Amino acid sequence: MVAKTRRKKRLERSIKVRCEGLYALSSWSEIAYLMAPRVLLILGLLVIPFYVDMYWQRVLCSAGIYALLALSFDFLAAYVGLVCLGGALFIGIGGYIAGLLNHYFHLSPFVTIPIATIVGAAISTLVLIPCLRLRGIYFAIVSFMLPLFAVYIIIALNVFGGTEGISALDTFPSISLELYLILAAVLAALFAIRRLVNEDMGIILRGVKDNDQAVRASGISITAYKIRAVFMAALLGCFGGAYLGHLYGWLGISLFAMDFSILPIAATVMGGMGSLVGPVLGAFILTPMSEALRGFGQLRVVLYCLILIAFMVYKPEGIMNILQRKYHQFEKWEEV
Amino acid sequence: MTLEYRSDGVSAISILHHSTLQEPDFYSMEILIYGTVNSIIFALIALGFTLVYGVSRVPNFAHGSIYVLVGFLTWSFVNNSGFPYALAVIFSLVVAAILGFLIYRIVLIRLRGMATSEIIASFAVSLIILEGLRMQGIAGFKGFIGPFYTLKPFIEGKINLLGVFVDYQRLIIIGVGVGMVILLSLFTHHTKTGLSLRAIAQDEQAAMMLGVNSDRMAEIAMSIGSALAGLAAVLILPLGSITAEVGYRVLIYALAVCIIGGLGSWGGAILAAFVIGFAMKISTALFGALWESVVLVGTIILILLFKPSGLLGKQKELEERV
Repeated sequence: MVAKTRRKKRLERSIKVRCEGLYALSSWSEIAYLMAPRVLLILGLLVIPFYVDMYWQRVLCSAGIYALLALSFDFLAAYVGLVCLGGALFIGIGGYIAGLLNHYFHLSPFVTIPIATIVGAAISTLVLIPCLRLRGIYFAIVSFMLPLFAVYIIIALNVFGGTEGISALDTFPSISLELYLILAAVLAALFAIRRLVNEDMGIILRGVKDNDQAVRASGISITAYKIRAVFMAALLGCFGGAYLGHLYGWLGISLFAMDFSILPIAATVMGGMGSLVGPVLGAFILTPMSEALRGFGQLRVVLYCLILIAFMVYKPEGIMNILQRKYHQFEKWEEV
Repeated sequence: MTLEYRSDGVSAISILHHSTLQEPDFYSMEILIYGTVNSIIFALIALGFTLVYGVSRVPNFAHGSIYVLVGFLTWSFVNNSGFPYALAVIFSLVVAAILGFLIYRIVLIRLRGMATSEIIASFAVSLIILEGLRMQGIAGFKGFIGPFYTLKPFIEGKINLLGVFVDYQRLIIIGVGVGMVILLSLFTHHTKTGLSLRAIAQDEQAAMMLGVNSDRMAEIAMSIGSALAGLAAVLILPLGSITAEVGYRVLIYALAVCIIGGLGSWGGAILAAFVIGFAMKISTALFGALWESVVLVGTIILILLFKPSGLLGKQKELEERV
């Protein structure tokens, strides 16, 4: 074995160190340093729609849905320790509630979506409460089976349109409205959750993930906190589902499809687990890519699985963490 | 009397069949015999998964895809390359074993110990294989998908067993299934390799100190497990047809048996196979074929919720789960 003569040294940029303290706002350059990535993300999301045609605007809408799902997956997996492989459950419940309200009671989408978001999240949480006792991969397996179970029940009972689904739901009045609704929701959810995980509640949730016995010993009920976390994650998913139902004016059992569970996971792994921004970024990269490959049929599933595996094996930290490192640190080679 | 096979080949009794039968005695006899057949089918499907996951703790979510792949390969060897049936079967089993080895060697070895990553990665492998096969024309598999791509039974014909017609293929399944269970439990309890496999599952650190190479053992487990999935495929697929959907179902069945039974316990796996097999058979007889999947998934969820360690699980496993 050859001894290495040099190694890479990483140092924090001085501006990053200065920005951490009380004097973060003492100069324009520091304010710009702190604001730049956030403003870039917001502006990017708001400006891109102007430069693409109607078809790709639609794709951006569904990318937004996947971004919400990825965000909820990342929040549950990295901050609460619940690996939920059943993102489709949230989408399905939200979509069905909004669609049924619209179909049977003729409520407008602006009424059904908030109702479906809150009621759907409550129902999803109630369904998941018994599973919260399970840990690790057992929770993963049960949550993976729940959407399937919902599909089988709908087929067996032949309710809610059975295998055919219900079509001709109300859609949104204009494409720019539907586009900015979902983009605003993604940004709001992203910044809300980022803030939440740094509050006291976020600390408790991370405690639940790392050592739940210690949290219990401190007199805090882990189940209560898990329930709250699941409810918040379900809010994002159910909003996505309700929005999706009205986006295409259709509901059916494919709202419970495995795509809604797999693509967000791929986006999270690609973007970087635990970074919250990463999954959103991953969703906005992966969804258009899989859309561009639509002509190849099932090849796109194969492709995004390959990307998923490649990232897991070779770049487990994900895009966002790498970018963050490049932004905050500089590297240089030094002699050993 | 018509026997209609469902495409998944697992529950092979038709509703039509039921509606023509009147005598209750016959009915219960039929449930008994076909319930047993179904249970053995479940056990056979789950054997490979139980060996890999239950014994050496590698969650091989590519199990179902290997099952389907072996079906495709056997079909291809027989119909495209013109091999004799037996040779085709042996070839595909060897391919399955090599594939299992490669999945571990290339992907899973780097994720060892991170259970979630192992699941996601092996599930991704599974999707690659299944969706790749679903695409037409890949690597000469042209026109594979469809209701008519079926394997021949080993021996054609039926036999009248206590008033119920059972085909020879199902009798072979019972025979091989029981044989494999006995062989595997002997293998894991009385050979050096088998004991090392169980040692890795119980305490990896201690096993490594005693000179067991844990990666080597996991590779062996993956190879044997994949070959077992293939064996189940060539036995069971002649009852139905080969489609990509079968792969997902098989994965769920395997997970169900393995988890309900309690990890690493052969007795538990067999018991679970019988519980699921009969639950599904009886629910089909009572409510119709549509309810079969509801009952299956419902049983899994209920057992996991109320007895997370599985039917015959041990205390240690309970702690890990809850």
